[in-house]
Amino acid sequence: MSASSPAPPPQRTPRMWTWRDPQPGRLKGGSSGRGRRSSPLSWRIGDMLVLALAWTAGIFLCAISAAIVIYMGYRGIQYLRPGLIFSRPQLSSTGTQAGPGGFLDPLIGTIVLTVIGIAIALPLALCSAVWITEYGRPSWLARVVESSIEIVAGTPDIVIAIFGLAIFQLQLLAPFSFTAEGGGVFGRSFIAAGAMMSLLALPPLYVATRDGLQAVPGHLREAAFALGKTRITTIRRVLVPSVRSNIATGTTLGISRIIGSTAIVLILLGSTLRIETQGSFPGVSLLRGTGSSLTSYIYENSPAGEGGAPQKAYAAAFVLLIFVLALNLLVDRFGRAQTRSMGLTAAGVV
Amino acid sequence: MASAAAVVKQLGRLERLKQPWPDRRAERSLGAASCLIGVGVIAMIVFVAISAWPTFQHNGLAWLGGGGDLEAEINKMVAATTNPSASVYHLRAWPLIYDTLLSTAAAVVLGIVIAVLSSIFIVELAPARVSRTVIPMVRLLASVPSVIYGLIGILVLVPFVGNHLINTRERESVQGVVQLTGAGLLVTVAILTIMITPIMVALVCDALASVPPSWKEGAVALGLNPLRAVRAVTLRAIRPAIVAAAVLAAARALGEAVMIQMVSGGKFFTPNLDHGILTGLFEPLRTLASTIIDYHDAINAPALKATLYSFALLLLFAAFTLSVAGYLVKLPLRKYQTRG
Repeated sequence: MSASSPAPPPQRTPRMWTWRDPQPGRLKGGSSGRGRRSSPLSWRIGDMLVLALAWTAGIFLCAISAAIVIYMGYRGIQYLRPGLIFSRPQLSSTGTQAGPGGFLDPLIGTIVLTVIGIAIALPLALCSAVWITEYGRPSWLARVVESSIEIVAGTPDIVIAIFGLAIFQLQLLAPFSFTAEGGGVFGRSFIAAGAMMSLLALPPLYVATRDGLQAVPGHLREAAFALGKTRITTIRRVLVPSVRSNIATGTTLGISRIIGSTAIVLILLGSTLRIETQGSFPGVSLLRGTGSSLTSYIYENSPAGEGGAPQKAYAAAFVLLIFVLALNLLVDRFGRAQTRSMGLTAAGVV
Repeated sequence: MASAAAVVKQLGRLERLKQPWPDRRAERSLGAASCLIGVGVIAMIVFVAISAWPTFQHNGLAWLGGGGDLEAEINKMVAATTNPSASVYHLRAWPLIYDTLLSTAAAVVLGIVIAVLSSIFIVELAPARVSRTVIPMVRLLASVPSVIYGLIGILVLVPFVGNHLINTRERESVQGVVQLTGAGLLVTVAILTIMITPIMVALVCDALASVPPSWKEGAVALGLNPLRAVRAVTLRAIRPAIVAAAVLAAARALGEAVMIQMVSGGKFFTPNLDHGILTGLFEPLRTLASTIIDYHDAINAPALKATLYSFALLLLFAAFTLSVAGYLVKLPLRKYQTRG
């Protein structure tokens, strides 16, 4: 293979690829720099082709990503008006959203769903991560819990949504939505959608917390035990505080999955764009009520839905994309606080 | 005074609750909370299976086969709102399964090529500064919500394909069979590829980075150029990870519902490559997941409900099988202490 490339063996500092290069300056210049590498121009045609393709593929992905952000930014600036954010959706006389009215309700809906989803997912994920890494007895049960979280992670959100419908249409859970005259339980409400959202947020939260706990050095635990602390006190006073930034990363990833989910909202939150409360008890009536989120608002206003106001869909999508970008930046910041170097995976792409 | 004493006593009890728990009780409560997740997953499988049961009861496994008129069958289900007779449950789901498999396979094949090439770019070729810029951008690609992809698809790509790529001859060649609007296989696969590629890039990058550098250095010392060394040593070492990435991405693509519903044209139709490769690419399709979105409004019709849940059950089963497969494929990687 090497017959035609008698290039001198290039000297290159071995470099483990890390999320943040620990010594960014090291590769620039210096005696171990890139100047002595064999020039790609002396390679075989096939190798040059692969090299070119690799660069093309990498730049292609960047270009798509940049194009999406720039295009949505352009459309957003074109169509987003403050009035849209602060006014409620309104049906015009033709039954579309083309008239006045904005997306205040979907914005509130997104926030409510996020709060419910995280409020359910956070304690569950924390408990199971702590239990599995610190106790994990009996081990078969720990394995069952771990694989069920993996199943949840692999389940498409459309299946989670339709499962939620089956659950919340049970007579037993009637108080969580409303009951039609015929005695049929509607099964769609903020509670129903939020509870299913928690299943979306659970896996990233669990994985982040577990990875953090596993990375805590053993001597921290031993020191706490040596001071006479029980296991649970060690967990509460030493371990959980030390993985706070992992929990924050996990929560952020969970939030970004929740605000991006459309299927669950479409199926479990009813098809009204305005928030419609059920019952008269303040707070509870909202939770039992139906509404929309930014994602379902975008869907309804795109040509695929019935709203028929693409410019509003663009504006809402712009707002949603800003949220996603902000959450991405947050993940970056929390990641910096973590001692462990993070690859793309750990940063929650999967 | 007596009541004051009672209050103090109650406060004492509260104080005791605030004390650290004994280890045993803490372990039990944490374990119980964790088991809730297991119970939830079992409930999910059971509920979906029970709701889907009537479909399989009436159709048997012939349900998976082809040969029916899906549109007529589903419309009959939508119409039968109460007490449907057994014949209403009749369905042959193969066209939907075929469309799902077709779009997933095409996206995964395209995606894995792009993912492997760009992972090599990120990990091995790009200067550190460049890869530090590329990684966040790829990650952003992974976190863009599917509805935004769908919106761009339906408002930008579909009109573009419809106006500029489809010519009159192609339109006429399938006239009477199906109308080519631009929404169809091509746009679906293109967006699906963009959506699943970052997942594969993440997994492949992690695997590439975890291969001991000395292996590649050995190859370079033998006179291979850096790219050859990557191909001969590193890529070969992470083959299981590449397969695992493809499998996980396939699971993600199978379940994609909203984006596909928006850009696929939403017709019970199977893109027919016999019409000419190009024409076939423009033909509309409908996958299992997008059918659920399309018909969720009518879910109170019992026969339709059972049918939609049977689609969900099939998706659940497929996702489960794929994640088990991904796990098995990744087992050999353990020896390099690869995470993920």
